[in-house]
Parts: sequence; C-alpha cells; structure tokens
Amino acid sequence: MDKTQNNRAWFLVLPVLVVVAFSAVIPLMTVVNYALNDTFGNNEFFWVGLEWFEEMVTSKRLHDALGRQILFSAIILAIEVPLGIYIALNMPKRGAWASLCLVLMALPLLIPFNVVGTIWQIFGRVDIGLLGRTLKGAGVDYNYTNDPFDAWITVIVMDVWHWTSLVALLAYAGLRSIPQAYYQAARIDQASRWSVFRYIELPKMKGVLLIAVLLRFMDSFMIYTEPFVVTGGGPGNSTTFLSIDLVKMAVGQFDLGPAAAFSIMYFLVILLVSWVFYTVMTNLDREEDR
Amino acid sequence: MARITLGDLAHSYLANPAGEDDFALKPTTHVWEDGGAYALLGPSGCGKTTLLNVISGLIRPSRGRVIFGDRDVTDAPTADRNIAQVFQFPVVYDTMTVRENLAFPLRNRGRDAAYVAARVQAVAKMIGMEGALERKARALTADAKQKISLGRGMVREDVNAILFDEPLTVIDPHMKWELRTQLKALHRDFGHTMIYVTHDQTEALTFADRVVVMYDGRVVQVGTPKELFETPAHTFVGYFIGSPGMNLFDARIEGGEAHLGGGSVALGARYGALAGRTRIGIRPEHVTLGAGGGLPVAIRRVEDVGRHRIVRAEGAFGPINIMVPEGTPIAADATRAVFDPGRISVYADDWRVAPEAEGR
Repeated sequence: MDKTQNNRAWFLVLPVLVVVAFSAVIPLMTVVNYALNDTFGNNEFFWVGLEWFEEMVTSKRLHDALGRQILFSAIILAIEVPLGIYIALNMPKRGAWASLCLVLMALPLLIPFNVVGTIWQIFGRVDIGLLGRTLKGAGVDYNYTNDPFDAWITVIVMDVWHWTSLVALLAYAGLRSIPQAYYQAARIDQASRWSVFRYIELPKMKGVLLIAVLLRFMDSFMIYTEPFVVTGGGPGNSTTFLSIDLVKMAVGQFDLGPAAAFSIMYFLVILLVSWVFYTVMTNLDREEDR
Repeated sequence: MARITLGDLAHSYLANPAGEDDFALKPTTHVWEDGGAYALLGPSGCGKTTLLNVISGLIRPSRGRVIFGDRDVTDAPTADRNIAQVFQFPVVYDTMTVRENLAFPLRNRGRDAAYVAARVQAVAKMIGMEGALERKARALTADAKQKISLGRGMVREDVNAILFDEPLTVIDPHMKWELRTQLKALHRDFGHTMIYVTHDQTEALTFADRVVVMYDGRVVQVGTPKELFETPAHTFVGYFIGSPGMNLFDARIEGGEAHLGGGSVALGARYGALAGRTRIGIRPEHVTLGAGGGLPVAIRRVEDVGRHRIVRAEGAFGPINIMVPEGTPIAADATRAVFDPGRISVYADDWRVAPEAEGR
C-alpha cells in the first residue's frame, strides 16, 4: 500500500520547533558565541577560535574539579543503588504499611534542593545543629566547615538521604511487577533467598535499575545547589564540584569565555557518558537474547 | 512417592471467615492414591487452584490436615514436600539457559553433576528441546517457555506428586494434544501421582483415570469419565460434562413416574418421597425425536456439528436439547421428545438420588 505523502504535516511540528529554539537552541548558541570570542565589554567581541577550549582542557583547576566530580558520583551510586534495592526488598508488599512507607519514602524527593541544603547545613553545625552537637558531645571530632573529609561525608550522606528514595521507589515498582507465580515456582524448585534475588528479582528489576542509575548519574554529575548551600565548595576547594566551579568562574570571576567553553565541554561529557552507558546496557540486553 | 490425604480441609482467604460463603474451599476430605492420574475439573473460581496450592504448600489451609503417606505436612514448607508444580503461565528464569533452567531444581537439592546432566538430557528429549539447550530461556516463544516449565516439573524423579495448573493454556492446539499424550506416557512409565487442573472437559477426560469435579469450592463428584457421563452425582456435573450438557427439568416424582410440564414420563426405577427441589436430568444423547409417545415439543433450531446434529427445542417444561445422529432425517411431524427411562437421573436439591427399587 502506498503511504500518503503530505508535506503540510511539517507545519504541525513547527510550534514545537519554535519552543525548542527559544528554550534550548538559541540560549545554547549564545554560550557557543561566548566560547569562541573574547570581550572587554561594550558588546564588542573578538574572535579567538578554540583558545578558551585549549585553556580549559589543560587547566589543572578543571581537572581537579572533574576528579572530585567523578569520585562523588561513583561514591553516591555505589551507596544509593544497593541501599535502594535493599530498602525496596524489605518494604511491605501491601496494606496500610505499604502506603505509609511509600509516602515516607517520597518525602525527601519533594523537598526543594536548597531547602535540603539548608536542613543539612543547620543539622551538621557544631554549635547549634542536632547532628553536629551530638557528635561533638560523643567526642567525635566532626566539623564540616574546616575538615575536608567531614565535608565530603556530610555532602554524601545528604545526597544519600535525599535521593536513595528515588532508587528504592523505582526498584519497588520493578519488584511489584513480578508475577506471584515466579516466587511460587522458586519455592517449588527449592531456590534459596539469594537465588530468588539473583535469578528472579534482579533480572526483572534490570530495566528500572538502568533508569535509576542513569538518572542518579546525570543528577549527581550536575549537582550544585545542595553542596553549595552546605559547604560553598569548601573547605578550600575540597567540595568544589564541576558546576560549583563553573558558577565561580562565570558569575564570581566573570570569565565568560572560559566558563562558556567549560560549560560546553561539561554538557558534552554528560551527553557522552549517558550515551555510552545507555548503549552498553541495551547492547548487553540484546546479546542476552541470543 | 506417597498417597496424599486431605482430611477435613477448608480454606478461606479472609482472616476471620464468618459463613460458608467466605470459604474458597469448603470442607473436603479426599484421598489421592499413589500413582493415580487425576484431573481436577471445574469452572474458573471454583477453588481448583486453591486446592492445588494447599497440596503443594504454597497456601496453608485454614482448617484440616494434609498428609503425605503417614507424614502430616500441613505446616511443612513447600521445599520439604518435594512436590513439582507447573503453573498456568510459563515461569522461566530469564537469565539462565534452557539447560540451567532444567537443572535448577536438581542443583538446589545438591545432586551431583553427572546425574544432573543425565536427567536434563532425558527431560530435554521428552519435551523436544534437545537442540535448544544452550539458548537463553528469555528469547524463546511462550509455548517453548511453557515446555521448559513442564520440563522443570518433571526433572525430579523422586517427587511425591506433579501438579499441573492448567498448563496448556498458552500452547497451540496441535501441540496441546502432543504434550498431553506425552504427559500420559510419562505417567505410564514412571507412575508419579499427577493432578491436572483444567476447566476443559476434553482435557480432563483424555488425561485422567479419575476425574474430580469441583463446583463452588466443593468436590461434587469423583469418578471415571464414564461414571461422570452416565451417573452425574450433582446437577452441575450433568450440566458441565457433555456438550451440550444434561437437560434438567423441574419435576414431581411419584414412585416410578415424574410429572413435569406437559405430561409425565416413566422412570427406570421407583423412588421414595423426596424433599426439596426435585428435578430430573437426561442427556441429549438419550432423548429421541418421534411422531408419537413422549412429551410435545416445538423445534426452535437445528445445529449441525458434523458427527451429529443438536436440536434445540422448547416444551411446556422448558428448553430441551436433543442429539440426532447424522443421517437420521428430522421429520416435519417429529413433535414429541421421547426419554429413555433407564437413563433418567433424579435430583433432589441438586444431588442425585438413588432409586429405592429397580423396575416399576
């Protein structure tokens, strides 16, 4: 059968194209513009080519921030994914407790980012914070404002507190979709608890876990608000992650050229890693079908 | 292997069942003989699956005991009972190959590798999947997956019973026949107790030596296919077995006669005084159409189903189905339905009544 060709259909996607142009493409192009030019004010621009990119690629400051960023994302993924699965496995399956658990789990996700930062900033303070005072009272030398290690711990615990729920809720949804017959068959086959997890639950959760890991990677790689509120990137530069560094450069120092080059590379890195991650996972999936 | 006894068993899915209606499985006492091939037949929601799950230990019954041989296993977990069960929809372990799937129940019981390999090979041959042993189970079609489920059910030789919960629902019709025949052959060769749940009477009657008919949470009759057909113990059995099912009419029974709308018919035996709602039942096969005798009927419709025709008619007593063999013409003056007296069953409140004396 011949398909009808009607080029007027293109007009129907025009509104979307216009919206995307104004919301994404044009702002992105101004960033590209800054990245390729230098300016000394008066709206005068001088073409510098790839100079800013070269400067950024070789910048130690950026390398350090990238290293911290990768370490941070790796740590929170390593904690949140297993912990989220563990919580999901132990949540009640039905009844009033299940609803209550779901609401409790969803609460941290509903709190605005800067409020989360503020909560932990106060919570951890040694003079008035519940956590800080308690630790101090217990004789633990804890102070996130001058000890880099304590600052890291605080930022990581805060992220785990804020986002493990997301992983847990996704994993819970994946678990709930497993038909009862699978568990019954496993009992008939005398499968151990570990086998049930390894051969039934984990494979059935794979799809949602892939999404959970992808979301948590992207979010944690772009994290800004919470550590900025708690530590402001300090002490020193110890918790200065990529986006905090970017804002310092663009807004603090007003180095628009390098910052623009930085943000373009930042964007490409996230895009690349997400794409690689997704492709690898879906390829693994397809290979298993063979 | 062992004989399985269900002693005064009942189950309710509610925590505090109040009346009889709250029970999915009404009090049942039944013995499954060792090595028997049983079919558990009944409409959806009659408690077949509940009964099966009680035997395998997936459900703990609210009341009564489950006894394997001499051992009371009511509180024993599924794993202790050494029971195989195949479910309605295929359950395979997605990440494993077909071989690993089949070996799984044996490996979990710690059998040695050589034995496992031999058993897997034998079962793979039985289900016709020797060529696909190295494939990932998840990539297979639904009926191949169900064959793996069947194979996993049969891989253990020492099971107390194999339970099938409508296992052929997802399988192609031609494959169904073949697998059912194989199950039957398997039963002949190894003598496992097999309980086969189905709502399809053909499946039940071809598979089993003895058919257990369930209705509304209760076992209403246990018998050979022949007994179920000839002497249904409950009106439901009469109606459910046979195609179409038994004709049932409200009737007043007086000795050797039944009075019903439009006249009376002779019964093959004498009956005493009956209480409750009394009905007579006769199979469409045992009614003939003729010009004289019997009861007047008006033919509404004739359906030709190949080997015979089904006449749908209407009498003063209600609608009646009559089976007319192929080749027998249906005359224009065939307005009387004649019942074969020896084939009439009498029911009081749905249960069959035994005649007081033979003859009239």
